[in-house]
Amino acid sequence: MDFSFTEEQTLLRNMVQSFVSDNYEFDTRMKIVRSEEGMDRGIWQQFAELGLLAAPFSEEMGGLDGGPVETMVIMEELGRGLVVEPYLPTIVLCGGILNRHGSDAQKQAYLPSIIGGEAIWALAFNEPQGRFNLADIVTSARAEGDDYVLNGTKAVVLGGPWADKLIVSARISGDQRAREGVGLFIVDKSASGVSTQDYPTVDGGRASEVTLENVSVAADAMIRDANSGLGILEEAVDHGIAAICAEAIGHMKMLNDATVEYCRTRKQFGVPIGSFQVLQHRMVDMFMEYEQSVSMTYMVNMKLTEDAAARTKAAAGAKVQIGKSGRFVGQEAVQLHGGMGMTEELNVGHFFKRLTMIDTQFGNVDHHLKRFAAA
Amino acid sequence: MDVDFTPEDVAFREEVRSFIEENYPKNLGALERSDMSKEDLLAWHKVLHTRGWVAPSWPVEFGGTDWTVTQRYIFNEESARYGTVPPMPFGVQMLGPVIYTFGNQEQKDWVLPGILSGKDWWCQGYSEPGAGSDLAALKTKAVLEGDEYVVNGHKIWTTLAQHADWMFCLVRTTTSDKRQDGISFLLIDMKTPGITVRPIITIDGGHEVNEVFLEDVRVPAKNLVGEQDKGWTIAKFLLGNERSGIAGVARSKKAIDRLREIARGELENGDPLLSSADFSRKIAELEVDLTALEYTELRTLAAESQGQGPGPESSILKIKGTEIQQRITELTMEAVGNYAAPWVPQLDVGDNYLAIGPDQSHGVSQTYFNTRKTSIYGGSNEIQRNIIAKMVLGL
Ligand SMILES: Cc1cc2nc3c(=O)[nH]c(=O)nc-3n(C[C@H](O)[C@H](O)[C@H](O)COP(=O)(O)OP(=O)(O)OC[C@H]3O[C@@H](n4cnc5c(N)ncnc54)[C@H](O)[C@@H]3O)c2cc1C
Ligand SMILES: Cc1cc2nc3c(=O)[nH]c(=O)nc-3n(C[C@H](O)[C@H](O)[C@H](O)COP(=O)(O)OP(=O)(O)OC[C@H]3O[C@@H](n4cnc5c(N)ncnc54)[C@H](O)[C@@H]3O)c2cc1C
Repeated sequence: MDFSFTEEQTLLRNMVQSFVSDNYEFDTRMKIVRSEEGMDRGIWQQFAELGLLAAPFSEEMGGLDGGPVETMVIMEELGRGLVVEPYLPTIVLCGGILNRHGSDAQKQAYLPSIIGGEAIWALAFNEPQGRFNLADIVTSARAEGDDYVLNGTKAVVLGGPWADKLIVSARISGDQRAREGVGLFIVDKSASGVSTQDYPTVDGGRASEVTLENVSVAADAMIRDANSGLGILEEAVDHGIAAICAEAIGHMKMLNDATVEYCRTRKQFGVPIGSFQVLQHRMVDMFMEYEQSVSMTYMVNMKLTEDAAARTKAAAGAKVQIGKSGRFVGQEAVQLHGGMGMTEELNVGHFFKRLTMIDTQFGNVDHHLKRFAAA
Repeated sequence: MDVDFTPEDVAFREEVRSFIEENYPKNLGALERSDMSKEDLLAWHKVLHTRGWVAPSWPVEFGGTDWTVTQRYIFNEESARYGTVPPMPFGVQMLGPVIYTFGNQEQKDWVLPGILSGKDWWCQGYSEPGAGSDLAALKTKAVLEGDEYVVNGHKIWTTLAQHADWMFCLVRTTTSDKRQDGISFLLIDMKTPGITVRPIITIDGGHEVNEVFLEDVRVPAKNLVGEQDKGWTIAKFLLGNERSGIAGVARSKKAIDRLREIARGELENGDPLLSSADFSRKIAELEVDLTALEYTELRTLAAESQGQGPGPESSILKIKGTEIQQRITELTMEAVGNYAAPWVPQLDVGDNYLAIGPDQSHGVSQTYFNTRKTSIYGGSNEIQRNIIAKMVLGL
């Protein structure tokens, strides 16, 4: 048994940490969030130069052959800086799908530009009626000669406004919620028939509603075959969950440190408010929630490469823990900061908002409790 | 013991309901509270004024009503059911009772009518950067020079001060060893030179609170309420009244109805979310909590009608009421699933943003974030627990 990081992993952490603290202070972050585009392409390019965009890919593709632990380390550090650039959709979700399941031709066509920071990708898997069920798909993919024709609407596509390419889940056959007959298709966002409605999200990101109207894609735009889409999607989402768990422990760590520091210095009734036992115990609870979350984050990242059943149970369990702990830590951090915690000016509220969205992203506590029970 | 309504009560409910239905300004229904202008916020107040119903709890001689506790309860319930914009609490709930209890005749004559008619918008100048929970630490200074006080200081979290004509303000007039001594209660015209109001934007993106800077602000000495240096008693009297209004039972009932409606419209695997055992159970738990709070409030009201003022027990109403409000907004956000994510804060709304997702999902996240304030203001929930520990349990 060993929970320690390798020397390389520690170097990676230090590198990301110092990059984020040097280049992504809270003020800079808020300028980026409020900018027209909502992300900083220069930062993204620097991620490429630092090798972050290459981390999980195989060496033959120009990657660094990293595994879930490397992704975890990167996401945790990005979480500490509340980084909004689309590491999750481009590298973890879409990059991960291409890396694990893309054909050689697809990998050669797409991975180099992802690794080089030239292409941004987004995963279009939610639908307005689908809530958290990945199989609840109305968007259709109709075979027409060698092509597929896509029609439908994809909801809350995170990173959508910045994306050049989308991976879209669509139903090739079967009933609306059948597990079979789901395909994943690579769609150029500029293709004819693709339209988007872009908007900011609660946590400082951007998302799109994506409408597909008779969008024609060649058969080789499909990942694997006409039946494996859902399994690949579930696996990708579990990788996404493991990644945002790591991001969330970065948020919680920052909130806990900020809260302890605030309670040490903020004086009321002539004493630091941290001297009130009720607040001490609250901070102890926040600390315990954080530690439990770290444990579950390590656990899921170690089990990501196991079989589907073990992976599902691990991801569902971790997501429940992070959802509950994130909510508690976020709410209490605001509470203990008093009025200050309610202000847009302080980073506390922004960590709280991102943690709140993480609870919903890829399914909330209830959804994953059921999934855990069934797994 | 008896909680049945008399035939008179039933008739009263009918009267209130039809008055609201017939007179509530039609344009208000479509607006979120956060999008309302000052005129919007006052529109219903002004209609209520014509009917004499702005301040039901005030004594009749000052413009209140002679309603029984039950009638007031019914009025609140009907107002909440319709979702009316209540009169701003700063004048009606907070300052009014202070003036008719502690003010002199001249103050009663000019302050109370302005509150009732809606001519004067009041804001509450209590908190300061160094004086939040520890209100008695306040430093804003008022020095008597002739027949004027000269006020210098810095207030913060002043709700809707951007609209205010007047501020009731706690100031320090004497420095003494016991910090509660030497505080005075002053009425300050917001148009007086030397006052600067600076917005504070909250995490929901709204502009609700402000900082108020006072620099050599000259206030007529006759604007002092009660005796100089004896303002602490008044300050605490006001806080007791602020707290009891905060339970918000009727509005929470309405919010649960809306939650249920949203959960009926949301689909989970093709079925309404409301039919999910998990989700309906959570709503049921909330309703049980709310029922308990309702009966606790009724017990408090009944005691009040028998002449017992709102005691430290009203801290229960504040704590439980706000916890329930927070839980409702949390569940409502949970109900809309992925559509909790879109963010269109009021300040940024322009023509280029179209509404995203189903109508029922709009603004639910903002409301959730905004409602975190309720366990902080009005005396934080930690402070309320301290009050119960000390005053009720004798610890
Ligand atoms: C089943 C059982 C087995 C035990 N076995 C052993 C044993 O084998 N050997 C042995 O030596 N002792 C044993 N104990 C005794 C145990 O260590 C004491 O009960 C314990 O230390 C608490 O002391 P107390 O009972 O005097 O309660 P108190 O110390 O009087 O505490 C009463 C309550 O006040 C709280 N409290 C006290 N101080 C503070 C504080 N500073 N801040 C906040 N809260 C506070 C406590 O948490 C508790 O809820 C046992 C007790 C039990 C119940
Ligand atoms: C949206 C909003 C609107 C407001 N509107 C107004 C207004 O119109 N007018 C006005 O005057 N004020 C207003 N306030 C201010 C409000 O009353 C204060 O925020 C509140 O009193 C808390 O003070 P603080 O923010 O300085 O927090 P602090 O007092 O610094 O408290 C920080 C944390 O410490 C805890 N704490 C403090 N003391 C103790 C203790 N003894 N024991 C245990 N825990 C403790 C608190 O509960 C809190 O969790 C408003 C605040 C908000 C957020």
